[in-house]
Amino acid sequence: MTRLHASADEAWLDQLQRAAFDFFPQATNPRNGLVADNSRVNSPVSIAVVGFALSSYPIAVERGWMQRDDAVGRVLAALRFFHDSDQSGGPSATGFKGFYYHFLDIETGARVWQSELSMIDTALLIGGMLTASEYFDAASSGESELRSLVDLLYRRVDWRWAQDGAGTIRQGWKPECGFLHYGWEGYSEAILLYALALGSPTHPIDRHCYRNWTLTYQWENLYGIDCLYAGPLFIHQFSHAWIDFRGIADEFMRDKRSDYFENSRRAVRIQREYARRNPREFAGYDEDCWGLSACDGPSDERPDTTNERRRLYGYAARSVPYGPDDGTLSAPCVLASLPFAPEAVMHSLRAMFERYPEGFAHGRLASGFNPTLAAGDGRAWVSAGHYGLDQGIVLVMIENHRSERVWQLIRANPYIRAGLRAAGFRGGWLQHSSSGGVQ
Amino acid sequence: MSPLDEASANVPAGADEAERAANTRPAAWRNPQPDGPYALAIVGAGPAGVIAAELAASLGVKVALIERNAIGGVNLHCGSVPSKTLIRTSRVYADMRDAWRYGASVPTGVDVDFAAAMQRVRRVRARLSRVDTAQRLAAAGVDIHFGEARFVSGDTLAVDGTRLGFRKALIATGARPHIPRIPGLAEAGYLTNDDVFELSALPRRLVVIGGGPLGCEQAQAFCRLGAQTTIVQNKPLFLGQEERDAAQILSEAFARDGIEVRLNTTALAVRMAAGTKLVDLVSDDYRNTIGVDAILSGAGRTPNVEGLDLAKVGIDCDAAGRIRVDDFLCTGNANIYAAGDVCLERSFVDSAAAAARMAVQNALLRRNHRWSDVVIPSCTYTDPEIARVGLSVREANRRGIPVKTFTIPMHEIDRAVTDGETAGFVKVHLRERTDRILGATIVARHAGDMINGITLAMVAGFGLRKLSRVLHAYPTQADAIRQVADAYNRTRLTPRVRSRLLRRIES
Repeated sequence: MTRLHASADEAWLDQLQRAAFDFFPQATNPRNGLVADNSRVNSPVSIAVVGFALSSYPIAVERGWMQRDDAVGRVLAALRFFHDSDQSGGPSATGFKGFYYHFLDIETGARVWQSELSMIDTALLIGGMLTASEYFDAASSGESELRSLVDLLYRRVDWRWAQDGAGTIRQGWKPECGFLHYGWEGYSEAILLYALALGSPTHPIDRHCYRNWTLTYQWENLYGIDCLYAGPLFIHQFSHAWIDFRGIADEFMRDKRSDYFENSRRAVRIQREYARRNPREFAGYDEDCWGLSACDGPSDERPDTTNERRRLYGYAARSVPYGPDDGTLSAPCVLASLPFAPEAVMHSLRAMFERYPEGFAHGRLASGFNPTLAAGDGRAWVSAGHYGLDQGIVLVMIENHRSERVWQLIRANPYIRAGLRAAGFRGGWLQHSSSGGVQ
Repeated sequence: MSPLDEASANVPAGADEAERAANTRPAAWRNPQPDGPYALAIVGAGPAGVIAAELAASLGVKVALIERNAIGGVNLHCGSVPSKTLIRTSRVYADMRDAWRYGASVPTGVDVDFAAAMQRVRRVRARLSRVDTAQRLAAAGVDIHFGEARFVSGDTLAVDGTRLGFRKALIATGARPHIPRIPGLAEAGYLTNDDVFELSALPRRLVVIGGGPLGCEQAQAFCRLGAQTTIVQNKPLFLGQEERDAAQILSEAFARDGIEVRLNTTALAVRMAAGTKLVDLVSDDYRNTIGVDAILSGAGRTPNVEGLDLAKVGIDCDAAGRIRVDDFLCTGNANIYAAGDVCLERSFVDSAAAAARMAVQNALLRRNHRWSDVVIPSCTYTDPEIARVGLSVREANRRGIPVKTFTIPMHEIDRAVTDGETAGFVKVHLRERTDRILGATIVARHAGDMINGITLAMVAGFGLRKLSRVLHAYPTQADAIRQVADAYNRTRLTPRVRSRLLRRIES
């Protein structure tokens, strides 16, 4: 890479990261710190997006995009809200047993859409809280309160209850019908969830839960690449937003002589191989234009119609190589692969930008675009507005690529360290004593 | 068009049924009078019973075959034979509908002729009933007794009052549809595979309860024949025994066919209103009601053990109602064996037949063949088909066997691309760091045919290294198996091996 290219890339990354960050102040209710799921009118709050917002403030302070006091105020608003929220588990409460409903009203914080009490989304929220807690380490009263609130909110999550007496952790619960049965099997973005649930000093799950989960893994050779398989790319990214998996491995990965970071690198290669083959012959796919993941896409107008020549999935987790695949690609999941494959990602992102600038309006990445459904002027179908999960993962992964900042903060967290060790992770930074910042 | 298909256009509807009855349950049949004990008495003349009877007769021993209905069992009359026949017709309609995918124009004015489809089912059944007729089995030396059997003692069976002495017995009474306990279901009326092939008109709206192999196959077939079909499955995925990717591909195929898929959903109750069956459904906290014209129960099978007086001879059943057998297929009574759906967890004609052969050998020849040594393939005949043999990754992990899967998606296979049949994959599971095949899953339009190559390799003890030396005709979809072997071979070419080879080339 030439120096010119490198600095142009750096400048572009800076723009993209800033644009991603700007989503959060715009989407936040300053009174309670809650953040909308997306930029559309009447969007509810997604607790996972709040987790990314909480992770974004340390980055913004370090990059000079926000004053430290302002950031502390925003974090505190959210933490105080969750602390004081209705934890009765009622149909209109905010949470139960320290977990929170997936979608909340942005004004009242009450559950909306009859959404589920979500274990994985609570984990992403707690991941954001711990990040903020590690960063805001000053002795001021605001930052002290921030840290003790995070500690309290983490300690009150009853992970063991979510085990429901079963061999692995349940993924959802509703007051109307109790625990939900998604039947999630195989590798997923849940390592963060397991690390938090195992590291809890108050309500840890049984140690064997993690092993039971990894027993559902499939180690596959696909397109000639050995990989722990999962179809949508976000699965290979979300836990990596917080946890630095370089050089640490659990029993499964030790046995495979690999680690989860290397695995995500391979997942990128598989995505590119799939797009190059383009078995369903969608427009635009090639090894520089890829990214099948959870994203917004076009919907069927008449979903019940038989004899359809094309099926469209709306907001869905798109997946390689078996689908769903309706020709919709996620540029955010490509950019979020930056730490794993920086050169391929920058090369691909430039190619995608040149071909489909409509997916990069105002320098911020749309959730999904679909070149197969081009309009009359040849422009690809583009998801309207922006989604917080996309902007959050992009923001944090660019930061980890540039400075490793979020990784470093979480590496210092004793709960995460204990949880990873309980899951059987060894090696690398886990062997060394924590580098400070722990309260 | 084969002569069989041509004939089906001309034969009057009743003739096929009359032929089938004459072959499998002749009206004028008179049970033979036994003159002394049988070396082997077999209860049930489905595939397992017939195979066992033939084998025993070929050994020259005196054998009785007892059947309460008709020879051929569920398989011929209301199982695989009619089901696969109807699936074939439904595939023809699906191919016409999808003709555009193959660069052909979609025929206009295609109306489903359901009566013709069902007539072909009857014709095929009649044709296949000629294979194992009562007359032919009797000529081969098998004493056929039609009637209800029950054990009187450890060496005597009663068949409608006649006593048959035996030295060894084999129970092969099979299984029948399991009827889920849903309030109102019986009153509203429902179909099972026992009677669904007797339908004279296609139900306009159909709900299939159960997402196992039977439910999935029939939901897809009836949908393709034009029924507005909903499938209700009380688990998060179809085909709980199969791996997640297989279920994912099937879900997508179902959606393309236009089947309404209701996972994680339970049917709570059934009511009648204005001639419509109303089925109340619940999925977590979401309740709704669908109106249908027919309800098909595809919710598993129940072993036929009632009326046999098993307890009297020391035979017990497990929690699922299946006769408990040891690894040699012997029941709790040392002289009585069992085979087929009445005792096996997996309900397939091929494994029933294999179990019957093994039981006869163990019973009569005092062999010690073990059921756990048998490599059993199975297939669900949806489109695409889902076939499996040996261990799944889940089972291997549970047993602590290190496993690595080599996967070739069907879109990598030239013939699948030329055929426009790229949905699916071949996955072969190896014991890690060896080439030993533990099992395989194939999802492909003809997966049932393709799995046989892998079963052969497993039984013969071939690993992937040897399989890679077996040329597969090109272009065929089964070439995917060779490509799996090639993928394995490429992983053997480590940098160290490569540099050693390079030194040899350069020296």
